[in-house]
Amino acid sequence: MFNDLSRMGKYLGQAARMLVGMPDYDTYLEHMQSNHPEQTPMSYEAFFRERQDARYGGGKGRPVRCC
Amino acid sequence: MPRLISHLAWFAVAVLGAVALGVVALRRGEAINALWIVVAAMAIYLVAYRYYSLFIATRVMQLDPTRATPAVLNNDGLDFVPTNKHVLFGHHFAAIAGAGPLVGPVLAAQMGYLPGTLWLIAGVVLAGAVQDFMVLFISTRRNARSLGDMVREEMGRIPGTIALFGCFLIMIIILAVLSLIVVKALAHSPWGMFTVIATIPIAMFMGVYMRYLRPGRIGEISVIGVLLLLGSIWLGGAISQDPYWAGVFTFTGEQITWMLVGYGFVAAVLPVWLILAPRDYLSTFLKIGTIVALAIGILILAPELKMPALTQFTDGTGPVWKGALFPFLFITIACGAVSGFHALISSGTTPKLLANETHARYIGYGGMLMESMVAIMAMVAASVIEPGVYFAMNSPPAVVGADVTSVAAAVSNWGFAITPEALEGVARDIGESTILARAGGAPTLAVGIAQILHQVLPGENTMAFWYHFAILFEALFILTAVDAGTRAGRFMLQDLLGTFVPALRRTESWFANVLATGGCVALWGYLLYQGVIDPLGGINTLWPLFGISNQMLAGIALMLCTVVLIKMKRQQYAWVTLLPAAWLLICTTFASLIKLFDANPAVGFLALAHKYEAALAAGQVLAPAKDLGQMQNVIMNAYTNAGLSVLFLVVVFSILLYSLKVGRAAWVRAERSDREMPFQAMPHP
Repeated sequence: MFNDLSRMGKYLGQAARMLVGMPDYDTYLEHMQSNHPEQTPMSYEAFFRERQDARYGGGKGRPVRCC
Repeated sequence: MPRLISHLAWFAVAVLGAVALGVVALRRGEAINALWIVVAAMAIYLVAYRYYSLFIATRVMQLDPTRATPAVLNNDGLDFVPTNKHVLFGHHFAAIAGAGPLVGPVLAAQMGYLPGTLWLIAGVVLAGAVQDFMVLFISTRRNARSLGDMVREEMGRIPGTIALFGCFLIMIIILAVLSLIVVKALAHSPWGMFTVIATIPIAMFMGVYMRYLRPGRIGEISVIGVLLLLGSIWLGGAISQDPYWAGVFTFTGEQITWMLVGYGFVAAVLPVWLILAPRDYLSTFLKIGTIVALAIGILILAPELKMPALTQFTDGTGPVWKGALFPFLFITIACGAVSGFHALISSGTTPKLLANETHARYIGYGGMLMESMVAIMAMVAASVIEPGVYFAMNSPPAVVGADVTSVAAAVSNWGFAITPEALEGVARDIGESTILARAGGAPTLAVGIAQILHQVLPGENTMAFWYHFAILFEALFILTAVDAGTRAGRFMLQDLLGTFVPALRRTESWFANVLATGGCVALWGYLLYQGVIDPLGGINTLWPLFGISNQMLAGIALMLCTVVLIKMKRQQYAWVTLLPAAWLLICTTFASLIKLFDANPAVGFLALAHKYEAALAAGQVLAPAKDLGQMQNVIMNAYTNAGLSVLFLVVVFSILLYSLKVGRAAWVRAERSDREMPFQAMPHP
């Protein structure tokens, strides 16, 4: 029961961050651990900045949103 | 047996939808409840999702759950991340829902609620959701490529560049028309102006907080930001009461235009973390929150619709926008039924996050149905206010006059009885000095939202608060779009110019940046300015242009999808995208030709130009122009708009020619010729 609730809370937080285009940091950590164990992953702060710049900093066709 | 029961249950839903739609369409002479519209739309959307989108998924696309998606193949934890489908649904919806689905239906309500509602329902099921779903699918099978890239790959280099140029044009027009909505809502409104200006320091504070004070804490600072915003609405109310401060924050439309142009330029070169990102967070959360609140409000209140099902303006003489039901209704309701802009989001960002191909149905088709539901709610909000108030707010002064007495007389004369006192009463209720000449949809919608929310939520005399809340909520995401759109437009312009002068493509070059940003701002700023000074109201001209360009982009996306289906040798299913593409081409072509060549100066750009030229040659000044300079303005604007219409036609028809050419060649080939990525199996965990 509490497990379910905490999982739901995690999903809600993840969904809220994803609304503004911020992917899940834990997922990123897991990904780095399982696929690139030799690299040090970014800290949450660095991850946050990198993602914010990537979403809004331009590059091709970014950021797009509807009218 | 369980299959049969399930089909029977769905049949019941379909019958419910049909009955509700029948009530909406056929009951005349008595007010109907808004819930009929909501139920009709909801039931039809559910049935369409269950059957039509399943047909598209299994037969047309043949979605394959064992096929690895780009998110799985390129998983980097950053850009490419397989994401829970409900989480991704929220992300996709937040990206596609904007001002379009809210404003279009409000403007369409001048013909009554029925035509708009029917097109919203039919359009989304057969065209809009199909487009989003299909583009998401083909982009997912092409490593999440963007629409422009896919047109280039599947159809050739030249149509690719033409499509890119089309996207750029649309971006400029969207920015101009969205800014015009903001100007119309904020002119002579110290309360609204103060709250919108206050968002800049609030966003900056949030930006600094997230960057330096407590890096990356989106949740807590967004809560603080929303509280500050609500505080600024309250403070704005106090300011509008104060004789000195009210004067400080009262601006004319032209002044606000210059502020917006300056803002657009500065904001587009500032670092993104300072204003753009934090305000985007605020506007996204506020947007989702307001949409949910509005939905709950409509369900609880179950308001009656005061707007008639059909008004006399279906003949094309309406004051809000000119033009007959066909083709202009289908141009006016742009987003909500079908929106070409979604093709840019369904290709690019969302496919990078798709965990499994089969989720595309829920996210692409389902997400668009949700957006259409928002448009339905906007239609309800516009129809629950008094029709007299609706027409008083949205008619240009050149048509109905500029003071409450003449406006009330003119509107009552059309059969929508309203007294000058009632108009003043509404203005007082929402804390404004006037509600006249507030075209553009946003203020009307805000009155509707305020009327619904203040009855559902606790508090005395909160109508004015909720009105300004709704204005702020729309202004917020429009400003975000202006800021983000100018940046995106800058990159598009650099890309386009770079085709001719390669040095201009370098995004790190300071000169190229300022040139492209300035060029972009100048283009939309010019269109905005001409809209603001246009005595006929501006929205009259700009909104149809926006609608035409948006539907045209949808047409391009659907033509691409058709070509891809033929190339995949699934041509027996090409009608799925071919029919909506054909319909959109017919609508946009007719609308552009009418806008160009109609003999009525209120509709045709060239006729308008000729009429004013003839008068100018005779030395006359025609109302609503007041002097020879304004006469020149009207002529110049008419030619600019005519030129834009011609450009749209050229873009659409060149893409059509290339589609026909490529499509025919692929049709007669025996084997597939599309550029899909080769199959790679989903890895087993």
